[in-house]
Amino acid sequence: MIELKDLSVTFGRGTPMETPALRGISLAIPSGQFVTVIGSNGAGKTTLLNVLSGEVTPESGQVLIDEADVTPWPTHKRARLAARVFQDPMAGSCANLTIAENLALAGARGRTRRFGGAVTKDLRAEAKDRLARLGLGLEDRLDDPMELLSGGQRQAVSLLMATMNPMKILLLDEHTAALDPKIGAFVVDLTRAIVGERRLTTLMVTHSMRQALDVGTRTVMLHEGQVVLDVADDERRGLKVEDLLHMFEKVRGQELDDDALLLG
Amino acid sequence: MSLIAFLGTLETGLIFGLVALGVYLSFRILQFPDLTVDGSFPLGAAVAAVLIVDAGANPYLATLLAAVAGAGAGLMTAWLNVRLKILNLLASILTMIALYSINLRIMGRPNIALLGEPTVFEPLDRLGIPGTMAVPAALFVVVVIAKLAVDWFLTSEIGLAMRATGANPRMARAQGINTDFYTLAGMAISNALVALAGALFAQSQGAADVTMGVGVIVVGLAAVIGGEAVILPRTIFLATLACVAGSILYRVAVALALNAEFIGLKAQDLNLITALLVAGAMVLPSVRAPVKRALKGDKRIVGRLK
Repeated sequence: MIELKDLSVTFGRGTPMETPALRGISLAIPSGQFVTVIGSNGAGKTTLLNVLSGEVTPESGQVLIDEADVTPWPTHKRARLAARVFQDPMAGSCANLTIAENLALAGARGRTRRFGGAVTKDLRAEAKDRLARLGLGLEDRLDDPMELLSGGQRQAVSLLMATMNPMKILLLDEHTAALDPKIGAFVVDLTRAIVGERRLTTLMVTHSMRQALDVGTRTVMLHEGQVVLDVADDERRGLKVEDLLHMFEKVRGQELDDDALLLG
Repeated sequence: MSLIAFLGTLETGLIFGLVALGVYLSFRILQFPDLTVDGSFPLGAAVAAVLIVDAGANPYLATLLAAVAGAGAGLMTAWLNVRLKILNLLASILTMIALYSINLRIMGRPNIALLGEPTVFEPLDRLGIPGTMAVPAALFVVVVIAKLAVDWFLTSEIGLAMRATGANPRMARAQGINTDFYTLAGMAISNALVALAGALFAQSQGAADVTMGVGVIVVGLAAVIGGEAVILPRTIFLATLACVAGSILYRVAVALALNAEFIGLKAQDLNLITALLVAGAMVLPSVRAPVKRALKGDKRIVGRLK
């Protein structure tokens, strides 16, 4: 169970650039739920994710993971409980390390790192096994540096890395936005498969209303740092993109002028 | 160049191989431009010299403590950076400047002669081989051990975390790596190696001098960059090999340049030659490709060269 209680974040407080990013958001995510988060630019989606991963410390409010207050925990400590895939395919791995070394880094998340060799026989076997499931032929390229991979391949590996060890919540930050549609669809399918198979509690930020409704079991819409729509299960099942738009307009009482939300 | 001169060059090259390994850890692994080495090199020399001459300490213990002092200097720079958020380059300059005063305090005078004092090289005299040969041989063993230790460290889980800290800190944190801790640890190891080199250099040259650190960083960089230009650092093993090879090649190149009287270079031109060598080594990778293509007969470039 992940609980966000009355979170507020303001960037550049006390300067002319002062922008409230989150204004008292509260959200409870039961174990095993797959939540998609949608909203226009500046709605606070990424900030919400950064607060969960520990990269941004909220001014007020609490982050509870299984009833433990993790609000003051720095990112590296939080990583034990929260795994993350970044929007930029280059951000999730080290370009100059090999595929096997990157997986070894991820395989040690959540436990103490040792002086022993990182790329062991066991790790190579496990890495091969996991990579083979991608069907990208990467299992034969364990010793290739990560920089030789395409953006889509890197993002698929990032997803594997994030889900290698157990976690309390998987954070996906528009992780298909920078990919071309075909490989993007592949990564979405892979996400579904991994999350479904392991019953991971997941929070996926997306820019596409289509994706927000197609993937996951619950959809939350943010606007100006607040939750304006929260639908799950039966209510969500029959929803179409147009309905979502309509509901959004009703809640906000204003026209939606962000084309990016309509497209895709 | 005579054999004796060559062995002396080799000796210096090997000692600076340790500096190159330290600079490799900061510049290449942590991506931390660290000028502390200009201070930690004489710090190592100062600590070892004072302990041997003034305190009558065992030279091995003195050399070990010199490395520990170097680690402290590295920690200071890293702490200024990660805790006080001072820009990495500036943090290292501050420590370097501070170390000049600290080194003078430690020595109590600008230089200490070590001639006739016990040093780590003393037992070699009993072997019956001339010191000019025995010292480079012993240093070769020391540098090989240091190189292999760095290799082992960087391929361990902890070393891999340190490489990730330099290569992609945000990703490293997301994988549960405490990047502050690894920066502190890496800088400590880097400067410990440099201070060890300083302690060995003072003992092999017979004196510690407060100004002996000037330009050490440039020599270390010359070794790292020059080595990479000669040996492509595809793996950690090759990268550290390149550091040591680069350091020796640099010394040989300098010795040859100074020995070739027809060029008219003198000892005072050393820093100028170093700067030119570093600049040349940095340009080399981008020059290499067109030259190779030209050699293979690429008409466009051959045409241009004509």
